[in-house]
Amino acid sequence: MSPAESAHFPRWHFFNQTTGVMSWLTTLDHKRIALMYFGAVVSALILGGLLALGIRLELFNPEPSLVDAQTYNRLFTLHGMVMVFLFMVPAIPAVFGNFFLPMMLGAKDVAFPRLNLASFYIYVTGALFTLWAIVHGGVDTGWTFYVPYSTTSVVAVAPVMLGIFIVGLSSILTGLNFIVTTHTLRAPGLNWGRLPLFVWNLYGTSIISVLATPVIGIVALLVAAEIIFGFGLFDPARGGDPVLFQHLFWFYSHPVVYVMVLPAMGVVSEVFATFCRRQIFGYKMLAVATLGIALVGFFVWGHHLFVAGQSTFDAGIFGVLSMLVGVFTAIKVFNWVMTLYKGAVDFTVPFALACFFLYFLIFGGMTGIALAVISLDVHWHDTYYVVAHFHFVMVGSVMMAFLAAVHYWFPKMFGRMYSERVALSAVAFIFIGFNLTFVPQFLLGNMGMPRRYHQYLPMFQSLNVASTMGAFILGLGMFLSLFALLWALKWGAVAGDNPFHSRGYEWNTASPPVQHNFHTPQVIVDGPHNYEGPPAAQPTAKVAHGVE
Amino acid sequence: MASNEAAAVELTAHADHFVDAAHERRAAQFGMWLFLANEILLFGPLFTAFALYRYLYRDTFAYLSAVHLDWKLGTVNTVVLLVSSFTVVVAGWAARCRRSIWVGHALIATIVLAGGFLVVKYFEYTHKFHEGLLPGKYFTLDLAHDVALHMESLREMGLNPAQMRIGPGASMFFALYFLITGLHGLHVVIGMGVLGWMAVRAYRGEFAVRNDTPVELSGLYWHLVDLIWIFVYPTLYLL
Ligand SMILES: [Cu+2]
Repeated sequence: MSPAESAHFPRWHFFNQTTGVMSWLTTLDHKRIALMYFGAVVSALILGGLLALGIRLELFNPEPSLVDAQTYNRLFTLHGMVMVFLFMVPAIPAVFGNFFLPMMLGAKDVAFPRLNLASFYIYVTGALFTLWAIVHGGVDTGWTFYVPYSTTSVVAVAPVMLGIFIVGLSSILTGLNFIVTTHTLRAPGLNWGRLPLFVWNLYGTSIISVLATPVIGIVALLVAAEIIFGFGLFDPARGGDPVLFQHLFWFYSHPVVYVMVLPAMGVVSEVFATFCRRQIFGYKMLAVATLGIALVGFFVWGHHLFVAGQSTFDAGIFGVLSMLVGVFTAIKVFNWVMTLYKGAVDFTVPFALACFFLYFLIFGGMTGIALAVISLDVHWHDTYYVVAHFHFVMVGSVMMAFLAAVHYWFPKMFGRMYSERVALSAVAFIFIGFNLTFVPQFLLGNMGMPRRYHQYLPMFQSLNVASTMGAFILGLGMFLSLFALLWALKWGAVAGDNPFHSRGYEWNTASPPVQHNFHTPQVIVDGPHNYEGPPAAQPTAKVAHGVE
Repeated sequence: MASNEAAAVELTAHADHFVDAAHERRAAQFGMWLFLANEILLFGPLFTAFALYRYLYRDTFAYLSAVHLDWKLGTVNTVVLLVSSFTVVVAGWAARCRRSIWVGHALIATIVLAGGFLVVKYFEYTHKFHEGLLPGKYFTLDLAHDVALHMESLREMGLNPAQMRIGPGASMFFALYFLITGLHGLHVVIGMGVLGWMAVRAYRGEFAVRNDTPVELSGLYWHLVDLIWIFVYPTLYLL
């Protein structure tokens, strides 16, 4: 990549067409809202990451060292809730979905810009409130807030439930906005068979957000009501059934895994297409598999209840259905690999990250298949094996895709290029650190080390030390990556409109884009990422666009 | 003439990212339908919980529903909401005809009916407070005594308490009763607020010169509130 080739920075773009703090706080521009989300979720990521380092430090020694048991419980609760609800769920959709969905559709904005801004503020309110509630209340239930512990614990769990409800509302509104946008704002000629795969994945994600999130919302409120009024809904002493809570909780919390993973798959599809110089192999199968995962994902929640007194018959059905998700995922993996095969591969930072994504998805996914086998799950349940599995599949793959998105779209969003060398070494640290953190945890879990304890048997120490060291390498890589990007923001080379020569629709404008995205109304005549023939006419960004 | 032209401009006004007003309207309608789907899933867990406990504590639930919920009041409220659905349709129809004042009148009628619904609910709630029919730890009803008291009316209904297992899950019934009707009542209150705001806009004459999408969408929301009640009513009062 040589971004500097006679590239110029456009005179007018969405950063400077209006100025002042208020022009950001009250903006209806999806790109600015996306960037505000960017700041918010990265803050959540840093907070959650630092907490993780704290947890790993405590686990450096078998005996209690830094913190007591109670504080440790609070640490991992805060880490889990911040990472799941405040980072992973909104990360890719709210940032890159917001920024690029309208651009990929050739639209000027999302369908409901006001609602978009509202959902940002709802997110911020919910996030701050949740953080305050967890810290102030000293909540130690873990992010799953299982009853009866959460309803009988002396700490104040109820406010956290309200916070989760508020954050959930924000993701419902974003999902609703995206679905309507995809249906109504496609440019002329952009039929469903030409939608970029990132859009397909956002669409699947949004369906899950709209249909599953209200369930966790009401469950959170039920737990709060249970605590405040003592309804006994989940309390066996009053005839309630705690397993009902688990069913309802996982009815949301399993599909939410796909809220995190589907957008990641979308990012990776775009990245592979761009850097292999071809449309993704089996485009239609990939789109179908996306909807397949979204649909089947609603019917597999029972695999979290294998040891919770669920009938063997139910467990069998849920086990088989869970494996069906693996089939759809495998279809996707094969298609990506086929895209790589004989593709004109251009080895860049986003491409490397997309490959790392594949690695984490495959190994995280396969350990998930193993966990869906009931007899094995009984052995691994609530051990570090499960911790390592979901960190591989959720954090590993989603984090790689998030970073791939950052590095792929950074020049488009900011018009500048980061140092490829620094970014690549940061990413290498991240990949090595991640493996060093979690591969030992697979082994520890298999040896029987249970999760959520602040001390362990001395025999587990060497692997725990390795894991802690890995976590610090990972953290180092993350900060290096952050600094490389912040540096590029100010001093990076001017990227030009399309430094990667991508033929995704969103590149069909200046970098950074103007306020309404395109200089001319878009008409789509071909599918995305068609690298045969000459490129479609590029916009003439030299035309200065007035302030609107 | 000039004002007619101004009205025409208002009617075709639309946000910049839509092609025309009809396009924007389609998007708004679609968004509303999605929101309604999401609302239904909000009630889903409550109905699931009811189904489970109704299965576990079949006799208790049947007894409490028959003796302590007044199906007559439930029916009255059902009729009230159905009529309010009709008046909201009238409001939408008036808005399509650009009769802004009539939109206001129809919405006020809807709000009055909604208020009536809440008044009936208020009497049902206070009655239960008096009888100690509150959920969880506030549940103070002496069930054995209560069954003895209602022996006569039970026989009339063809139920034989001697063969029923009345007792466990009693407070659960009222937990679900208050949760479901409470959440629904909250929707009624929110609906009254939305419709009230529309009525204010209607009396300002806004819907004479502006498209009627807001009225239509609030109407859709109100229909959902009604529809949920259509499921709540038989579930709680008749089952
Ligand atoms: Cu799951």
